[in-house]
Amino acid sequence: MLDIKNLHVKLEDEDKQILKGVDLKIGAGEVHAIMGPNGSGKSTLSYVLSGRAGYEVTDGTASLLGHDLLELEPEERAALGLFLAFQYPVEIPGVGNMTFLRTAVNSQRKMRGEDELSAGEFLKIIRAKAKTLKIDAEMLKRPVNVGFSGGEKKRNEILQMAMLEPKMCILDETDSGLDVDAMKLVAEGVNALRSEGRSFLVITHYQRLLDHIKPDVVHIMANGRMIKSGGPELALEVENNGYADILAEVA
Amino acid sequence: MEAARKSAQARFEAMGLPQRRDEYWKYTRPDLLTVPDAQPAALLIRDEAPLFDTIDRLKLVFVDGVFDAAASDDLSLEGIEISQLADADTWAQELYGVLEENGQSPVARPLAALNSAQAKEGVVIRAFGKVSKPVSLVYVRKSEASDVMLHHVIRVEEGADLTVLENGPAAARLNTVMEVDIADKGAFHHVRAMGRDHERRAATHMFARLGHESVFKSFTMTVNGKLTRNEVVLEVNGDNAVAHVAGAAMGDGDFLHDDTVFITHDSLNCESRQVFKKVLRNGATGVFQGKILVKAGAQKTDGYQMSQSLLLDDDSQFYGKPELEIYADDVMCSHGSTTGAIDEEAMFYLQSRGVNKVEAQDLLVLAFLDAAVDEIEDEAIADDIRGRLEGWLARRRD
Repeated sequence: MLDIKNLHVKLEDEDKQILKGVDLKIGAGEVHAIMGPNGSGKSTLSYVLSGRAGYEVTDGTASLLGHDLLELEPEERAALGLFLAFQYPVEIPGVGNMTFLRTAVNSQRKMRGEDELSAGEFLKIIRAKAKTLKIDAEMLKRPVNVGFSGGEKKRNEILQMAMLEPKMCILDETDSGLDVDAMKLVAEGVNALRSEGRSFLVITHYQRLLDHIKPDVVHIMANGRMIKSGGPELALEVENNGYADILAEVA
Repeated sequence: MEAARKSAQARFEAMGLPQRRDEYWKYTRPDLLTVPDAQPAALLIRDEAPLFDTIDRLKLVFVDGVFDAAASDDLSLEGIEISQLADADTWAQELYGVLEENGQSPVARPLAALNSAQAKEGVVIRAFGKVSKPVSLVYVRKSEASDVMLHHVIRVEEGADLTVLENGPAAARLNTVMEVDIADKGAFHHVRAMGRDHERRAATHMFARLGHESVFKSFTMTVNGKLTRNEVVLEVNGDNAVAHVAGAAMGDGDFLHDDTVFITHDSLNCESRQVFKKVLRNGATGVFQGKILVKAGAQKTDGYQMSQSLLLDDDSQFYGKPELEIYADDVMCSHGSTTGAIDEEAMFYLQSRGVNKVEAQDLLVLAFLDAAVDEIEDEAIADDIRGRLEGWLARRRD
């Protein structure tokens, strides 16, 4: 599914290397988690993969289903099946949530050469999906993320994921700012989307989220590269002992 | 009427034509409006359904500034009297030029005085009750060199409710004055669309006087036009009156759009609201000069003024001059003026969801303008305007 090799990335405006040789391979249907101390490059990795401006790839490759991601516009990556659930979802005053979602769904369908969904078809699908995420009609009508609580914003991200049906989902600290109940709701939303053809990359600081979204592989990232990989027990080790032991071990 | 015209002529001569050195013409080019002979402007051939076509309305058509009865609807409608300026009733003759003259101080508006002195055409409307459909003034242009002055006189009687629509290319050079006198508890709604003509030069003037508990709401959409100067001068004279003025403008290239607004509060517990949005690209220029004057004793005034521009490139310019002058001590007045580029965060968010760059930008442009369009109360009319704004953007996508 996702294949990252020796990825080196620096900031465009500064001489600051953030990623220093990331290798990561995620197979179809797998769930991988990345944990790591602040500043290790986790969020940068998610932004570079989704095509945000401001980063320069100095070496390495990243591909999705065999397509070179790094050459594509963000919208082309999305149409290929990449989705990033933002750590801080952006507020867009003046654009209704529903209009936004319908434009997004139909833009992707158009790029893939599929028929656009009619207003009626779209409404039927979104209503059903919104309901399971406890998103009411009012929230669908409001401008994108404007005035949403932290939990509402994250649920809205998962709704977008559910509507766009991506193949490779990256969740960037989706648990940050969520209380236990909200986190469970979001995790349930994610779990409902798990399938053989869909992979997940879950970036988190806390093992807690991984109790709800069970990963196949856990990676520890530090100083711009993956320093250790293992099973779910690796997350528990971090939870109990912090990163110090692992960092010392690889040093 | 002749006396009113003569006194306007004297006013105009005392002021002289506007010059670049005049404080309120600093950012605009008065010469395009003041040259003796208007430069011809190419006619734009349209292939689209006319604006407001789906709105049930009473249509008055002016061709090159002259009323065309044959092309217009039957002017009889319950709750309203409509006539041409040439046949104006006594009340209209007495009102003619009065609000314009009131609006000449403290800021001179020479082109409005010139209009009062010389305009021969215009409509006279008197509304007595809730008028069942909007009166729609349609300005057709057939001549490349049309140089047009129109002067409309409107009185909204006590408790009456009137909507006036204006659209159409009108003229190569246009000068309009609309004087609106709103009696107590009257309501006046105005929606204007200044269309796609690239070479249009227009100076419009709206003068309104508001009685107790009256409502005045005006919205203008402007796209294209070489030079557009829209002046709005409001006297809020009755307690508990509400005055809203809004504008959404989009310009591409050789475009100068100037909103000059002056709202005087001279009564208790009134609200005024200005919402002006401009989207500028390829060197287009936007100007906003808005003033709220709160006279001594106009307590509990709630004044709001917002002017914002979205510059889509480095060549476009926006000049904003918000002014507040307040002599009462128990008022709430706020104003803001911003100039900015498209929000890159929002762009990336939209793109990351699969919306292509051009569509994402258009979506954000429309969202930016919508706060102004939202000031239109009638949803069908607002949607018609939204459709035009979308169309303008769509034509620039390729």
